[in-house]
Parts: sequence; structure tokens; C-alpha cells
Amino acid sequence: MSESTSTLREPAPGPTGDGEPFLDVRDLRVHFPTDDGLVKSVDGLSFHVHRGKTLGIVGESGSGKSVTSMSVMGLHKQGTANISGQILVDGTDVVGSSPEIVRKMRGKRMAMIFQDPLSAMHPYYTVGNQIIEAYRIHNDVSKDRARQHAIEMLDRVGIPEPHQRVDSYPHQYSGGRRQRAMIAMALSCDPELLIADEPTTALDVTVQAQILDLIRDLQKEFHSAVIIITHDLGVVAELADDILVMYAGRSVEYGTADQIFNEPEHPYTWGLLGSMPRFDRVRSERLLPIPGSPPSLINVPKGCAFNPRCRFADLNGDLSTTERPELVDAGHNHLVACHLPPAKRRELWRDEIQPKL
Amino acid sequence: MITYIIRRLVAAIVLLFVVSAITFSIFYLVPRLAGATPESLATRYVGRAADVETVELTAERLGFYDPIWVQYGNWAKGVVVGTTYDMGAQDVECPAPCLGYSFITRQAVFPELMDRAPVTFALAIGASILWLITGVSIGVLSALKRGSFFDRFAMIFALAGVSMPIFWTGLMALAFFSYKFNITAPGGSYTPFTQNPAAWAYDLLLPWITLSLLFSAQYARLTRAGMLETMNEDYVRTARAKGLVEKRVVVKHGLRGALTPIVTIFGLDFGLLIGGAVLTERVFSLNGLGNYAVQGIFANDLPKILGVTLLAAVFVVMANLIVDILYAVVDPRVRTR
Amino acid sequence: MTVTDPSGAARAEGAGTAERRELLKVTGLVKHFPIRKGLLQKQVAAVQAVDGLDFTVREGETLSLVGESGCGKSTTGRLITRLEEPTAGKIEFEDRDITHLKDGPMRPLRRDIQMIFQDPYSSLNPRHTVGKIVSAPFHLQDVKPEGGVKKAVQDLLELVGLNPEHYNRYPHEFSGGQRQRIGIARTLALKPRLIVADEPVSALDVSIQAQVVNLLEDLQDELNLTYVMIAHDLSVVRHVSDRVAVMYLGKIVEIADRDPLYERPMHPYTVALMSAVPIPDTKRRHERERIRLQGDVPSPINPPPACRFHTRCWKAQDICKTQEPPLVELAPRHQVACHFPENAPAGTSDTPSGDVPPADPGSR
Repeated sequence: MSESTSTLREPAPGPTGDGEPFLDVRDLRVHFPTDDGLVKSVDGLSFHVHRGKTLGIVGESGSGKSVTSMSVMGLHKQGTANISGQILVDGTDVVGSSPEIVRKMRGKRMAMIFQDPLSAMHPYYTVGNQIIEAYRIHNDVSKDRARQHAIEMLDRVGIPEPHQRVDSYPHQYSGGRRQRAMIAMALSCDPELLIADEPTTALDVTVQAQILDLIRDLQKEFHSAVIIITHDLGVVAELADDILVMYAGRSVEYGTADQIFNEPEHPYTWGLLGSMPRFDRVRSERLLPIPGSPPSLINVPKGCAFNPRCRFADLNGDLSTTERPELVDAGHNHLVACHLPPAKRRELWRDEIQPKL
Repeated sequence: MITYIIRRLVAAIVLLFVVSAITFSIFYLVPRLAGATPESLATRYVGRAADVETVELTAERLGFYDPIWVQYGNWAKGVVVGTTYDMGAQDVECPAPCLGYSFITRQAVFPELMDRAPVTFALAIGASILWLITGVSIGVLSALKRGSFFDRFAMIFALAGVSMPIFWTGLMALAFFSYKFNITAPGGSYTPFTQNPAAWAYDLLLPWITLSLLFSAQYARLTRAGMLETMNEDYVRTARAKGLVEKRVVVKHGLRGALTPIVTIFGLDFGLLIGGAVLTERVFSLNGLGNYAVQGIFANDLPKILGVTLLAAVFVVMANLIVDILYAVVDPRVRTR
Repeated sequence: MTVTDPSGAARAEGAGTAERRELLKVTGLVKHFPIRKGLLQKQVAAVQAVDGLDFTVREGETLSLVGESGCGKSTTGRLITRLEEPTAGKIEFEDRDITHLKDGPMRPLRRDIQMIFQDPYSSLNPRHTVGKIVSAPFHLQDVKPEGGVKKAVQDLLELVGLNPEHYNRYPHEFSGGQRQRIGIARTLALKPRLIVADEPVSALDVSIQAQVVNLLEDLQDELNLTYVMIAHDLSVVRHVSDRVAVMYLGKIVEIADRDPLYERPMHPYTVALMSAVPIPDTKRRHERERIRLQGDVPSPINPPPACRFHTRCWKAQDICKTQEPPLVELAPRHQVACHFPENAPAGTSDTPSGDVPPADPGSR
């Protein structure tokens, strides 16, 4: 891992790549006023991604991971969300820019693939039509030229007989091919940042493997920055260089994939690892689920949001229930938001958690 | 697709047969159940002063002594191949499609219907264009500005439009615009399109507006609901994520998705309307199919009622068929199924 | 019948279940859904959803059906619970033929065979209280539990780890995991023997998924339940199953006890399926050799002849296209339908047997 390359803009601490990050999110807050109260979907989140690198954002439903990706794309409807902080895409702040500037960046500089390709593509238009539309928004070319490009893109993502397939409707594709077409559409304008929100959750495992391969290959080819949002730790272990673990709208742990999987320090990350049945070995003991359920984002628990579900909360006196732990560097740019002293965390991991996984 | 249409056509014909049989039974059976005899039915056609012999003869000629299925059979035969009515002095030819012969006005029903159909058509087509444009655009704007002043106002307007009966709005409109301010044509005016298109439009303007007020209110609500749903669809988010301008997102992706239920309801409404916009025609004294039916009912003229009912059924069934075909045009998923 | 070990040990040792009584026996089970076309709605083809299954489930064990979408695993579940009428074949429950039982005679059996559904949101009526939902089976089957319905429901809620005082709440007041518990409580009301669970945890978050998996295991131990688990997540399946049947296009291609299947998969499809599962371990990211199946699963309307996997199989020879491989026992309690199995015991194949790591199909 390269040491922090201190720059003029002083990127927030965390795992780093070389030079300026392409995406730099700082202290992002996304709050939705509702009749029941203020929903703090994202509440002070910072991370960054370099070109050619993949960041995995992991968390359960309601942790704020999808809201984050929508914010980066500037897709929150004006007036419904209160957004503050900075989202710098190659230096341009998405939060502070006019909607028109952000619109012109969407699809061109940053693109997104969604979880369910069947509902994410318009059922009434052919796949080709939808890719052509995406291409022509940002490229002033004739329909024929755009169609040629669409066929090339379909070919590139591995759709057989793209000349015929370009005129098919999404429902005539199989699930895997639909996701390939979705990727073709997202990549049609050669974006520098690709956000994949649960890209394989709706797919079968053999197809999932194909799609993950495809994303990996395309990233190498296009040298783009990739964010992969998922609840599946297996998927991030395959793909991600860095991993951000989110809980209740905040980052609880942020480090390289190796750090998160081999020396995780946050009890929530331990909980995720302990909840997971292992495919590659028989676990001697029962699964170790996290008790309780994720908190309401209107009434986030005081102090550490994870404290009601944390087995180690009482090791900190009443600190866990009174003070929110900040995300601090525990060494080697491995950021952890936990009141437990780092030495204690490592001890707990080594002696209590790891042997049971 | 072709076999689908053929199948639907066959089904439509069967349906029409059933509708006509039911209508026939109602109008011919109910009076009997209420105690009417063939003679008393025949009396209506010959007048009260006629003697018993004439009445019986008329009842005989009109087939009132036959069992109901024979009567229905004769009537249905008339529809398909035409028939001849034995009127004593001279026989009356009634070529196919013979929807009956009014013994009160001494006219065959079908040509009369054809005379009046253009009025109803003109009323329905003009009004439907109006309400589609206003209803859908109000609905779209309402959905986009959900919760705004415009939205609330539009929805109150829609509620009012749906709640106010057409005979009230129609009469109020006539009283104000036609008689007080003299800007629109008075009731009862109608100029055929072929004669003078401008006068035709001028005469029909007020009925169009009145009728479309009712429907555009419904369509605004329908469109709003549909748009609220489709604008939350994943594919609309995808369209935005591509960087599409919002206007295109709304029209090409949102509205297109919301259109399907509107097409369905429109087909049914339109079919019903050309079967006779009874109230509107009454209020504006237009001699369309609806008014014809009303006259038939007041005069107890069964062949007229039966004729209009069957024609209306034909329109509704046809509209349904067209909607189903349109569905396949609008939604490719239906096409390949 | 010998007394079996405590279930934990029994699960670990597949052989321990061998002497248990057969609870469910399925032979030659077929379900075809007709496709009709044209003016007269003539049947022109059939979706061969399930096409000749043979398997047995022993009392107290968990059999998992795995495979990709369209392999017929959910249809199989619906056939066993008799929510679908089988086209052919035989289903025996406790030695009784229930294949074509009518609704009336089937009714008492519905107490013994229950189903858990995937979606905890759509499978609970939002207008009924938890009490009403969980007590519904009592009313439907006209059962009067000891101590009254309310007491029975509260006991059930407690059993699945819910607060019994929440008797009068509505489903929307619960989280996804809790709803799945409500569904499980309803399933358990009539003390079933066999539970068919169709993707019981796949709609849930990871941490909640683990809670429900543990609950299902505890209930099995406590109530001696038998599960037929339908799942696509091979990690969950490895954790909960005693036996696993791998399905492809309506057929079982391999069925074996859990450990032999995961350690020495023999059917090429099983091998490919397993090598595709992402492993949450960055150290192994580069060690694994992957088998990437090309293309998609063919349509079950017109499945490939003979071995249905031959269109995507890297080992396919001419014989695979002409002759259907029978499901034969290549190792004790390990049946495979393949002409050229992997990891087969010496003599039956060119590959040596041995302890090959699960996700490493490098032995070919």
C-alpha cells in the first residue's frame, strides 16, 4: 500500500491510490424531511476512489449505501433531500453545481448499473434504442452511427449476435444478458466512474460470476474508478481493492480489502463475518448473528449507533451510549469508528472472534 | 397476432349474440311478467279505438303469439339477412341489417340510427380529443408538482368535475354562455360537418366542453396516479442516470409507461359514449343516438330501444377489441406473449 | 430403529441419518406445464419444469434442492406440498401415496406438510393481526389447542423468538426478519412433520439471515422437523443441509450427503456451480481456478436431448448428445448422472479421487 500522497486538497484519510482521487466525497450528509421526522440516511460520510481502483461499499438495507450512490450521481430530486458536504468528481462538486451541469456529467463522466435489470430498463423500448439514446445524449452523432456504436457495445459485453439482438426488447433477454446490456448502456459514453448498485443480486450464481468477470475486465480496459455496492461480502472480496463498511448512514470501518477481511476491527464487521455461512469450509459452530435489527434512521441510537446490538458496548463504561465514536486511523490508513482501544480490538478479534469463524 | 385477433372477433360475435338475446328477453319478457297480454301489446300499435279483431290480427302479424325464442329467432334473422313486415295493406321491406321496425313512427330503425350516428360521433370525437389533451396534461403537471398549489387546485377541480352532474353543468353553461353572453350556439343547433365545418364546430363547442369537463377530471386523476407510479419506476431513474434532460425523461419514459391504463379506460369510455351520450344530447337537444333511445323509451317503442342497445353493444365490443390491439402496439411484452 | 445421536453430530456425520425412517419418497416425479397456441388452443409444447425426479427424505434430516432459476426446484417444492398437481410419478409421505389425493383427503395431511415462503412481506395479510395470522391454521383445520388458541399462539411466538405480547400487532410493525419469524410460527402451529422452505432467508439481510438460519436449526432439533430446503445460496445450503440435490433443467444431476458433495463434487455442473460462488476471503482471490460456464441455461420448453447439460459442458462428448446418463451411485449415498464424472472413485474416471479443495476444480 502506498503511503498517503498528501496533496493540495488534502484528501480525507483512508486507503489511497496514486495521485488525485477521481471521486472524493467529504462529510456527505443526506437528510430527508418526512412527516415522522428527519431521516438521516447518510450522516457524515467521507471516502474516495482513484481511477483503476474499486471501492466496495458494504452494509445492510437502510445503511445508506444506495442513498450515497444516488447522491454521487446527483439523482436526488430537488427539494426532497437536504444534502450537504462535498462530492468532488474530478474536482467538480456535484453538491454545489447547478442541476444542468450535473446532468451533463451523468452518463458521461459517471454512470450507474442497477440491481434489477428487468425493471431498470424501459419495457417499451428496444435495448438498442435505449443504448442509442444514452450515447446520443452526450455525443452529437447520427442515429446510424449511434446504432453502430450500440452494436459494438453489445458485442463488447458479450452479447452473441448483437446485430439482431440490438432490436430485441429487454423482456426477450435472459437475466444475465439484460445485465450485460445494462452495462453496455452505462459504458456507452466511456465514463470514468462506474457505480454498480447490487449488480448481481438478482442473478444466478454462474451468471453472477460472468458479470463480475465482465466488470473486472472492463475496468482494466477503460481504467475507470468503480464503486460496487453490495450486501454480499463474497462479491466485494472478489472485486474490491478498498472496502467501506456502512452502518446507520455512517462509515464504521474503512480500509483495504485485506484489512477488512483479515484484521477487521469493528464489532459490526465482525458481526457481518460471523453471520455469514461459509461456502469454503464447514463451520464448527452455529452462525453468530448480530442480535436485534438495524436502527430506525429517524431515531438513531445515541452515542455509537451500533451500541444496542454490540456485544462489547459495556467495555467502554457509558462512552458507547453517550458519545459518537469518530472514524480514526488505527494504523496503515485503516479507519475504524469504535470506542474500544485498538489494542483491545485486535485482542478480541484474535482471541474471541476469529477462531469461531 | 392474427390468430389472436380472429379469436377475439369470434368472441366478440358470441358476446353480441348474448347481449342481444338478453336485451330482447328483457324488453319482450318483462311486460308479459307484468301482466301484459299479446293483445294489450298489439293495442299500442293500432290505437285504443280498434276492435278486438283488428287487435288480434295485429298481434298475429307481429308474432306476439309465438313463443319468445321464435320471436327472437325472427328478429335475429332480420339482423342478418333482412326481413319483411306484413303490414296488411302493404308489406314493408326491411333489408339487412334490420334492427327492427318502429310501428309508432312507421320507420325502419337502422336507417334512423344511421341518420343520427354522425351527431353522436361528432360529439364523442371532439369531446374526447379535448379531454385527452386537458386531462392528461393536467395529470402530468399535477404529478410532477405533487403537493404544490397547482396540484391541490387541479385535484379539487377534478373532484368537482367528477361530482357535478352533466345536466347541471350543461344547463348552467347554456344559460350563461349561450343565452346570457351569446358567445356559443344555443341548444339544439347542429350543422353537418359536410355542410359547413366552421358552423359544425361552433355548434358543438359548448357540448364538447361540457362533456370533456366531466371526463378530463377523471383522466387528470388517472394520469396523475399513473405518473406518480411510473416516475418512481427504476427505468425512469435509469433514464435520469444516463443524463437525459428532464422533459424527455417525463415524456418519453414516464408518460409512455403511464399511458397503458389510460388507453384501456379511454377505449371503454369512447365506446360507451358513441353508444349514446344520453344526458349531453338531452341537455343540448342534439338528435343523436342517445336522444333516440330516450324517445324510444318514452314512447315504449321496443324496436328502437333494442336497436340502440345492440348498436351500443357493437361499439363497446369493438372499442374493447381495438384497445386490446392497441395494447400490443403500446406494450411489446404483450406482442410476443 | 437405532437411536440417533444428538442432531449436531448427526448433521456432521451424514451416515448417521442413513438409518432413519424415510418420511418422504419421490419417484419419477414429472410436472409439465402445457403451452397452448392458435385458434383452438391446442397444446403445442410443454414447459418441462420437472422431468423425472427420484429422491427420499429421511425423518429429521434436511434435504436441500439447489440450482439456478428455472431448474425446477420451486416447482418440486410445490409438488411435494401438493400445491401443484403432478403430471406423472409418485409422491409417498410416510409410505402413503399422496400423488393425486383430492383436497378432502389431503386436508388432514396439510397439518403434517407445511411450507415457508420466501417473501415475508407478501406472504402475510397486512390487515390481520399477528395473533390472527398465526392462529389461522387452528381455525382452518378446526383444531382446539390445549389451553386455548391465544395461549398456543403466544407459545409459538415465544418459540420463534418474538415477544408474545405482540399478539395484537400488525405485520407492518415488524421488520423483515421478524415477519419471517411470524411466517415460521404460523407454519409450526399444527406441529408439522415436514416443512418445505422455499428460499426462506434469501430476502433477508445478512445479520438477520443468520438469526433465521439458527432458528430453523434450533426448531429442527427441538421438534424433530424434517426440512426440504429450496435455495440458491450454496453457502447457506452448506450450513444447513444433511443432503443436497443439485438440479439442472428439471432433473437431478447429483445428489449426495453434504460433505462429500462439497468436497468432491462429481457432476461437471456441480463443479462449475461451486467454482462460481464468490468466497469472502481476499487471500484466495487469486488462488482459485474458475470454471466459467458460457451462455445461459437453455429453455425448459425445448431442453437439449440426452444429457441436458451437454450444451455448456466442457467435457461433453458425442455420447452425451445421444444417450442420457442415468443417475447412478458412484460412491456410497452419492448419485451422479454423468458419463464423465469428476472426482469419481478410481476406475470409473480418468481423474484420481482424493481430497480436492471444494472450489478448486483444478483436478481436471
